[in-house]
Amino acid sequence: MKEHENRTYIIGGFFSLVILIFIIRLFSIQVIDDSFKTSSENNVIRKQTDYPIRGLIYDRNNELIVYNEAAYDLMITPKQATNIDTALICTLLEIDTISLINKIEKAKNYSMYKASVLMKQISVETYSKLQENMFLMPGFFVQTRTLRKYPYSTASHLLGYVGEVNERLLKKNPYYKEGDYIGVSGIEKAYENKLRGQKGVKLLLKDVHNNIQGSFSNGKFDIKSKPGQNIQSSIDIFLQNYGEKLMKNKRGSIVALEPSSGEILCLISSPNYNPNELVGRKRSDNYIKLNNDTNNKPLFNRASLAQYPPGSTFKLINALIGLQEKVISSRTKYKCNEGFIYGEEKRKMKCHTHRSPLNLIESISNSCNSYFCNVYKEIIEKYPTTYQGYKVWRSYVTSFGLGNWLNNDLPTGQKGFVPSYDFYDKIYGKNRWKYSTNLSLSIGQDALLTTPIQMANIAACIANRGYYYTPHTVKNIKNDKIDDRFSIPNYTMIDSSLFEIVIKGMLRVVEDEELGTSNIAKMKDIKVCGKTGTAQNPHGEDHSIFIGFAPMNNPKIAIAVYVENGGWGSTWAVPIASLMIEKYLKGSIKRNILEKEMFYGVIDY
Amino acid sequence: MRIRRHIFDKIDWWTILLYIIFIVIGWLNVYAALYNENYNLIDFSQKYGRQLIWISISLLIAIFILFFDWKFFEGFAYLIYILSLLILIGVLFWGIEVNGAKSWLDFGFVRIQPAEFAKVGCCLAIAKFLSGLNMSLKKMKYKVIAALLILSPIILIILQNDTGSAIVYSTFIIVLYRFGLPSNLLIVTIVTSILFITSIIVSKIILIIILSIIAVFFFIISSRKIRELIIISTLLSACIGFIYSVDYAFENILEPHHVSRIKVLLGQESDPQGSGYNVNQSMIAIGSGGFLGKGFLNGTQTKFNFVPEQSTDFIFCTIGEEWGFIGSTFLLLLYLIFLLRLLYLAERQRSVFSKVFGYGVVSIFFFHIAINIAMTIGLAPVIGIPLPFISYGGSSLWSFTVLLFIFLNLDSYRLQVLR
Repeated sequence: MKEHENRTYIIGGFFSLVILIFIIRLFSIQVIDDSFKTSSENNVIRKQTDYPIRGLIYDRNNELIVYNEAAYDLMITPKQATNIDTALICTLLEIDTISLINKIEKAKNYSMYKASVLMKQISVETYSKLQENMFLMPGFFVQTRTLRKYPYSTASHLLGYVGEVNERLLKKNPYYKEGDYIGVSGIEKAYENKLRGQKGVKLLLKDVHNNIQGSFSNGKFDIKSKPGQNIQSSIDIFLQNYGEKLMKNKRGSIVALEPSSGEILCLISSPNYNPNELVGRKRSDNYIKLNNDTNNKPLFNRASLAQYPPGSTFKLINALIGLQEKVISSRTKYKCNEGFIYGEEKRKMKCHTHRSPLNLIESISNSCNSYFCNVYKEIIEKYPTTYQGYKVWRSYVTSFGLGNWLNNDLPTGQKGFVPSYDFYDKIYGKNRWKYSTNLSLSIGQDALLTTPIQMANIAACIANRGYYYTPHTVKNIKNDKIDDRFSIPNYTMIDSSLFEIVIKGMLRVVEDEELGTSNIAKMKDIKVCGKTGTAQNPHGEDHSIFIGFAPMNNPKIAIAVYVENGGWGSTWAVPIASLMIEKYLKGSIKRNILEKEMFYGVIDY
Repeated sequence: MRIRRHIFDKIDWWTILLYIIFIVIGWLNVYAALYNENYNLIDFSQKYGRQLIWISISLLIAIFILFFDWKFFEGFAYLIYILSLLILIGVLFWGIEVNGAKSWLDFGFVRIQPAEFAKVGCCLAIAKFLSGLNMSLKKMKYKVIAALLILSPIILIILQNDTGSAIVYSTFIIVLYRFGLPSNLLIVTIVTSILFITSIIVSKIILIIILSIIAVFFFIISSRKIRELIIISTLLSACIGFIYSVDYAFENILEPHHVSRIKVLLGQESDPQGSGYNVNQSMIAIGSGGFLGKGFLNGTQTKFNFVPEQSTDFIFCTIGEEWGFIGSTFLLLLYLIFLLRLLYLAERQRSVFSKVFGYGVVSIFFFHIAINIAMTIGLAPVIGIPLPFISYGGSSLWSFTVLLFIFLNLDSYRLQVLR
């Protein structure tokens, strides 16, 4: 060990050298460099958050649909706010002394040293009056913020809104600070991370009179904020506005998709609210008002949250399953004796009066119940046990995206319900049920539930002849790309060749003068394919449903319309869907009388 | 004569005096960093109140350690080492996460950071290993074992995502250097780390040009024979190969967030809410202190919570702001005296075990002091490690106390070791 003794001196010398370097460095930043000199008595540096500009939102045709507007928050740093002239501040802010004192107490409880918001979103006039009197108000300053503006006052459920972060999130995510804004619903929430940008920090020098002397060290230590990314939404704002007008005074929902991409063209939930109501100082009052309207539930997004039975529109899926399972062909005919008689007790599933027998295409266009009862029966009974038959049937149904929330980019959603085998076992006992037990599944009733967005997706599946892209609300993100999951097609379990027969049936629904159930949707130059539905509703009048797409070849739009308590599909849903299709494909409406009827039509609830 | 007549007979009182001064300075500054008129001086709901408890416990630990027989530490060195490795593994399973690192064990009334204590185990194990008969760090086998002893805790601590605490263990290279690690190896290690860092900061082409110029320069000043040409060009190509492999690792092997963390650490990416911000704020605070400082409890930069982690990793800011250049220099000189005193004590040991252990202790203290202060004055990347005896926190204070007092215990028995 003796051999390396000289290394002790090297090590000791190294230690001394490091400490010497530190002392030199300290001398340079503490004694030589002036930029750090701030006497604690005369100047105080104020750290001000440099809020980034939240990303703008455009529609698919580059129409600006969400932008920012300046707003001002009055801030207080309690420790610096000595000798407050309450009378002056109360006059300036137009509030009474007690509420001012309460607000100051609240700020003190939060922190003596950190700035907190005393008054949110003060008006421009108040702001300019405050600026003149700022020298009389030590410890106060105004922080500029931005508020969201929605120029069209529509698409509230789709765009969502921005609100203050709650305490739970403050604890969970250190990025957010007291008083920060965050997307609460819709695109604002789903794309919060892209829209918000990155906060920066500005250091400002301030004298005893609370006047800002300028930036500290010429901004050498500032960190610039990064503005949020702009987003091009997939929606067509004019189609959205038009749909909202059509749905006025009715409850229900319209969802339209572009089948070739899964992009959501419009997402209408009625009744709705003006998104500008949930911005600014009136926000909380308005929110409470909207939230308390339990009759109309304007905050409830019916398009993704409301679950209805699909009704007769579901016959399309049963037809496709029947074809794929080869239990029927395009030529198969079934008799319909104003209904379908089944079971030992000879029960009857009723159907309306029409000529009989009908083939598949005719049955679709006429929506014959018996035909699809037969199809469902054949599918289930093709297999030795009900268990196997039902399992096969169910897996086809779920391959259309039913029974799950589709993994879309809407922050809220319901899964709908495709009953499992166990579901019936629990009700009727294990293996003590057969096709006749849940026969109404054949016409989209029983326990089956779907959301409007799922139904629009079924229309897109058929329009694409066998696959769908996950519905999504965003087309482009500036300097970024949208999630990969939106560009992968999801295939149904049905061969694409089998769709043509069903699509022919759907065309007949609209165009066949004798059998078709939705002739109103017929247009001269657009081939519309669709299917009406009437979902039984235990609480009142049936729901009026239509799903469809257009044009027949190379479809541009797939649509689902639900009008609650609207009665027959053809009463409300068909004309509304047809006008939406015309509006989207043609840009203008020729059928003005029909349009007026829908605009001013009122359903009493 | 194995038994000391009195426990405090041969103890190095100078070191103990320095220890007490540091602790007093530490508490005063933790108090200043968190000072708030609304609370009492002794309020256990506040960090400075709790720090008083941690200090009392550490004094008890110090006295307790002095009662041990010095043979205990040598005898149980490996056992303590293995035990600390097991606890580090345990943390991976039962640890709780604080600031992104899963490195704490929660005992309800107190949280312990085992990485702090594992230093003691590692230091003991290296001392025991290097004091073995026929030990020579010139031999490959011993080099490998020594490296393994140091690397095992490093890997476990990195797995806890606490890179800062793991880096501390690299300080043992000073110990190995003192006890015969060939200088070449030290130079290679230093050159590779410099290359690693520069290859991230500087563009590849520029770096290769610079290296080539250096190579040409060396060739010109050498004897300019074929042999030199071969050696220099081999070294040059090895360096270039290394640069490209770093690049490859960055592009293909490492996860993007790892790359980003390394780049932030090296100042290549700005991280407004993170490390870059801390350093700016910390330099403003220290710089605003000026020559004489603003005076005790008068620091404004620190008061308004400009500097995050003020009472722990960035405690030096408070000292810089409130005590100025004079106070900071005084503390730095005290630290230097402390380090040199420990070096002197280490050198005077007769037993190799005690001597190596002493060096381990000095190296750990040096590393903590150097890196912590360097980061607050913008000379080193932000690595979250505490300033010995001064930063707030029980675990670090206790582990530093344990290290120091084991060494003082060994030192007090030094005369009883027969050469």
